Amino acid sequence: MSYHSIVMVKQVPDTANISGQVMKPDGTVNRSKLPTIFNPEDKVALELALQLRDRYDGTVRVVTMGPLKASDLLRDCLYMGADEAILVSDRKFAGADTLATSYVLAETLRKLAPYDIIFAGRQAIDGDTAQVGPQTAEKLALPQITYAEAILEAKDRTITVRRKIDHGFEVLEGTLPLLITVVKDAATPRPFRAKRVMAYKNARTLLELEKMAEANSLLYSDQLKDEYVSKGLFIPTLTADDLDIDSSRCGLGGSPTKVHKIESVVLGGSTHETIPATKEGMYGLIDKLMDDHIFG
Amino acid sequence: MSDTQQEVWVFIEQREGKPAEVSFELLSKGRKLAESLNGALKAVLIGHDMQDLATETFRYGVTEVLLADHPELAHYNTLPYSRILSELVDEYQPRIVLFGGSFIGRDLAPRVASHTRSGLTADCTDLQISDVTYLRKDYAQLLLQIRPAFGGNIIATIICPDSPVQMATVREGVMEKIPLEQPVEGRITQVRYEPDDVDHLVRIIARHHEDSKVNLKAAPIIVSGGYGMGNFQNFQILYELARVIGGEVAGTRAAVDAGFIDHARQVGQTGVTVRPKLYIACGISGAIQHRAGMADSNKIIAINDDPDAPIFGVCHYGIVGDVMDVIPMLIDAYKHKLK
Repeated sequence: MSYHSIVMVKQVPDTANISGQVMKPDGTVNRSKLPTIFNPEDKVALELALQLRDRYDGTVRVVTMGPLKASDLLRDCLYMGADEAILVSDRKFAGADTLATSYVLAETLRKLAPYDIIFAGRQAIDGDTAQVGPQTAEKLALPQITYAEAILEAKDRTITVRRKIDHGFEVLEGTLPLLITVVKDAATPRPFRAKRVMAYKNARTLLELEKMAEANSLLYSDQLKDEYVSKGLFIPTLTADDLDIDSSRCGLGGSPTKVHKIESVVLGGSTHETIPATKEGMYGLIDKLMDDHIFG
Repeated sequence: MSDTQQEVWVFIEQREGKPAEVSFELLSKGRKLAESLNGALKAVLIGHDMQDLATETFRYGVTEVLLADHPELAHYNTLPYSRILSELVDEYQPRIVLFGGSFIGRDLAPRVASHTRSGLTADCTDLQISDVTYLRKDYAQLLLQIRPAFGGNIIATIICPDSPVQMATVREGVMEKIPLEQPVEGRITQVRYEPDDVDHLVRIIARHHEDSKVNLKAAPIIVSGGYGMGNFQNFQILYELARVIGGEVAGTRAAVDAGFIDHARQVGQTGVTVRPKLYIACGISGAIQHRAGMADSNKIIAINDDPDAPIFGVCHYGIVGDVMDVIPMLIDAYKHKLK
């Protein structure tokens, strides 16, 4: 039996390279100021979906909610082997917390049904919340298996998964369709395939084509779109209108959590005692720790 | 709702019938929050044969335990647990619900928050009650959910101004466990569990559960390493130091990500929070997420070759130097002085 998967992926700021100017006064993130990467655990989720397809046949689609720039991420997914990539993008979606994000993703998945398995990374490195996966599953009334570290077997309408738990692991058997979130150790993402890079490097999302049309003073992007569709290089984009969603439930306005205050981290004055990195320094340090009643 | 007493709920987590420490820590914090709200502290407990554990929560000031007790609920299972809790939240509309930031809490809380459309903040490092003015509107007694964010450059205070129920997860060790001298007179209210076919959509086939071999929270001395240890082999010297001075070994998230050490030994916002007598930070730059998990240690020694590393801002004794030079000297000095 073959399986149809959809992988939810996210482009994230490289949190190791963050400077002060990236936070906007309203406490949200100015993503345009940041270097971005493929969220590591989402990449692992895509790899697991591709492995499932290698083993049982079927299809792998990827979907991301994000701005124009997220088109890069979708091309990366095509380079790895995804059959289709879909961008979900609208100004109305900006500033969403996990609840508002999961609402839009759930509505997107409804549109993309049927599917057997929804994959996602356990969490994204920009927030580390691990909430969007379960919240999306809840909205679709799907069962979930979080913290998956291996897909053991798929058989008919069930899948057997090993997942992490506190101090151990569990083996769960789930009935499809369901949602699985994946931890980093679950697989090593395959490199881009050179052939696929050649085939898809010119793939473009609708947003990108509109920008291209503008830059070339073309009045309509439709013709450009038709051209890309015919070449198989069109990456579909879904907007709020395509999804027929309740605007009050998405974006900043649809987010129950708000950033009230942001404080830069200011370190207290360095009042510590400096110990020289020498043998004598270490002897002195041991004496001090004995005086502190920690040793001896 | 405004006429009724505001309630603070804590989800009590159990594995094999044993309560999770984090639940008692949250009850201790929840008690303080309930006092600020002039409200009541309640516990939600789901499992089987849970009477003793239910009674134990009275030592933390719980006035009512909502108990769903059924053989099919013995082990955590996402769908029945989230359905029970979601229905309870819908019905009673508590002001605050707290969950441990464990595998169970992080699986359960988002589903309940999604169902009830409540605001949920993950991995808070502090919780407070305060009146807030947000977008020129005044809100009384909101829960301030405080957490480091975005690579540790900022501390964010999150609020849920228009959400009737405010939810948060907190990692083990962040809050202090403070039992009362005398248990309060609480009551246990049985919650009916109606089995449903969907409860069997995910079935547990096998479970391998090890009793935690590491208990970082109880260790008087912790030797901790960061990415600055350089590689897995260098990292092993920390075990030698820990063995000599009688401590446990821990690491930062970067060290865990690099494969130097297991996640069970991670100290910080997304790991364990510790308050040992002595914390030795080796090759740790000191990002806020890490400091959130160790800054309350009684004494901190920092060893780092970068004199500007933030870790020096929170330590008591700072050593600027190469960890691979300094640690052997420290081991020798200890052996010479104390053996």
